[in-house]
Amino acid sequence: MEGILKAVLPGLILVGEALVLLVVALLHVAYTTYAERKVIGRMQQRLGPNRVGPRGLLQPIADVLKLLTKEDIVPLGAEKGLFYLAPFISLVAGATSLAVIPVWEKFVLANVNVGLLVVLALSSLSSYGVILSGWASNSRYAFLGGLRASAQVVSYEVAMALSLVGVILLAGSMNLAEIVKAQAASPFKVYAIPQIVGFFVFMVSAIAETNRVPFDLPEAETELVAGYFVEYSGIRFGLFYLAEYFGMVVMSAVAVTCFLGGWSGPFEVPGLPFFWFLLKLYALLFLYIWVRATLPRYRYDQLMGLGWKILIPLSLLNILITGLIKLWV
Amino acid sequence: MAPTVEIHSRQIGHPEWEEPFVVNMGPQHPSTHGVLRLFLELDGETIVGCDPRIGYLHRGLEKLSENLTYSQALVLTDRLDYISSAANNTGYCLAVEKLMGLSVPRRARLLRTIVCEMARISSHLLWLATHALDIGAMTVFLYCFRDREWLLDIYEKICGARLTVSYTRIGGVRLDFTSEIVEELYRFTEEFPSRITDYETLIDVNRIWLKRTKGIAVVPPEKALNLGLTGPSLRGSGVPYDVRKFRPYDAYDEVEFEVPVGQNGDTYDRYRVRMEEMRQANRIIRQCLDKLSETEGEPVVAEGAPDLLMPEKKKAPQAVPHPKKGFLVKGAEVPVVPEGEVYVSIEAPKGELGYYIVSDGSGKPWRVRVRAPSFVHISAIPEMVKGHMVADIIAVIGTLDVVLGECDR
Repeated sequence: MEGILKAVLPGLILVGEALVLLVVALLHVAYTTYAERKVIGRMQQRLGPNRVGPRGLLQPIADVLKLLTKEDIVPLGAEKGLFYLAPFISLVAGATSLAVIPVWEKFVLANVNVGLLVVLALSSLSSYGVILSGWASNSRYAFLGGLRASAQVVSYEVAMALSLVGVILLAGSMNLAEIVKAQAASPFKVYAIPQIVGFFVFMVSAIAETNRVPFDLPEAETELVAGYFVEYSGIRFGLFYLAEYFGMVVMSAVAVTCFLGGWSGPFEVPGLPFFWFLLKLYALLFLYIWVRATLPRYRYDQLMGLGWKILIPLSLLNILITGLIKLWV
Repeated sequence: MAPTVEIHSRQIGHPEWEEPFVVNMGPQHPSTHGVLRLFLELDGETIVGCDPRIGYLHRGLEKLSENLTYSQALVLTDRLDYISSAANNTGYCLAVEKLMGLSVPRRARLLRTIVCEMARISSHLLWLATHALDIGAMTVFLYCFRDREWLLDIYEKICGARLTVSYTRIGGVRLDFTSEIVEELYRFTEEFPSRITDYETLIDVNRIWLKRTKGIAVVPPEKALNLGLTGPSLRGSGVPYDVRKFRPYDAYDEVEFEVPVGQNGDTYDRYRVRMEEMRQANRIIRQCLDKLSETEGEPVVAEGAPDLLMPEKKKAPQAVPHPKKGFLVKGAEVPVVPEGEVYVSIEAPKGELGYYIVSDGSGKPWRVRVRAPSFVHISAIPEMVKGHMVADIIAVIGTLDVVLGECDR
């Protein structure tokens, strides 16, 4: 009996930890939607949700309940299997990346040596959901949205990966926890200062990667109605929505880990080990929302131009300079 | 011998035979401004062909007018371009007045000019809001609506209606402004120029906005004239044609204003022209308000103008228009609209709005024909979007500022 317990216990703890992380992340995602609506409302001189619960705080829950009770429509001629599968691919790929994020020194769900690669791989994988949904919906708008998504992801994935190479060079590791520790030991404490170009490229690509304004071409409401998920309804639509916000949270978390020093801060906050991590995360999420309220949308070819002509050369240059500095200093 | 018919067999893979990727945009689409329907033939994201289909908002307003008296038909003109109903009313009234030979009192002309320019501002605000939203800037949308709301509130104070105002009457206007309205308008004209500056700081120096509008849908001046563009869409191409200057109506000959023109004829220039027009409209309102005090207490309806005569309340269900005199008239001595035909055009916010009215002396128009700028502008869309991308088509619809209520009538 004791033997079995000894064998199972680590697994149970891991499952428990995973569940806690997932629930906390889901709450964050839900309240990111709320915060987005409130903040944008504030910026646009309106109120935002304020009917469900005190100050509209229960709005995300009401939204989920509504989506759950809506009819799940599958259009005629849709590729059923893929149509059902696509939102889950998006969501699962988005959510799994959280496992490798070091929220705190002692709380890393999967402390793998190639954490950064896992994040990159999963974020590319999540775009499959977008492409497949666009293709499986048997709708022209969705198809165009899917095509745009594939082109966008291919070009911005490259820029994003290249922008992270500078960080890998400086830290000498792909393990995210190691990167945070290396940052704390570095002269500037955060990599955002020596890697300012890389940070900029990463943030821009991250916004493009998560299909947010001003790069929300795959779902451009005013052109493609809703883009790749135009035919989705009910909770499947909700899953795409969820995946988008998961993407936002994950990308912000990666940025915090790789460029802003992760959990470390100027001083320790007693009892709140996650304080600095969360603070930086919220700041970046706020940036996402702020950008959305301010900027118009790029055109498809301009987006490609920005990716290939500006961001990729910039990040290559960044790698070169970082490498040279690393070599001589 | 029977003529031989060449039968095309479909060869897949051959570029000439491949079916184009056709997207049916509208009539239910968030950015076709109503119920415009466009058949788009796409090559990737590039537009190869575009075929606008209209008629989804056809209510037969022109035909309906033939069964109504002149005064009754006025309310139908509200529903043409429902964003700037005051301008439509004015155009119609000017046409009927010309037919009847009525001269409008000065105060009424000033009041009409004010409501027309208010309509121009509120129409341009709505245009800016939707145009910016189509291109993706959602904050401008709500800012514009905030200010438009203010104007609509003033409209409500003037005549009780916000959108379909029917404020003008044949021979004048329905009600005089109260001092409260004049004060409110002074406040508005004081505040509004800074609001325009706000919008401009939001989008004018925005790189993405410039990229999305500069060099998009360029229309050279000759082409603009050939396409029949009018209003800001024409002036963006550099043709300084403005009905308010060329054939002044109402009080436009009394006020000073400039006609802004563009240079390159692209979407950005048309945007600049409209922004500048809002400033000029503000200036016109200001001048008219100043002049209003000179005409304090003067009548606002011409002598002998026909008006709706409401039947007594208990007789209302059986009331019918006068069989011979046509429309319900105040007193029997009011003359019936004489035989004849007339064409009057005004500078509506969207472009040149013309009314062609044929009267057979029966008291009801024999024919009313509306020259709607939106109808002409929609026919220019295929020319303007050729070779552009899908994202540009909504910019083009936005920049032409079409309203389907006016197009389909």
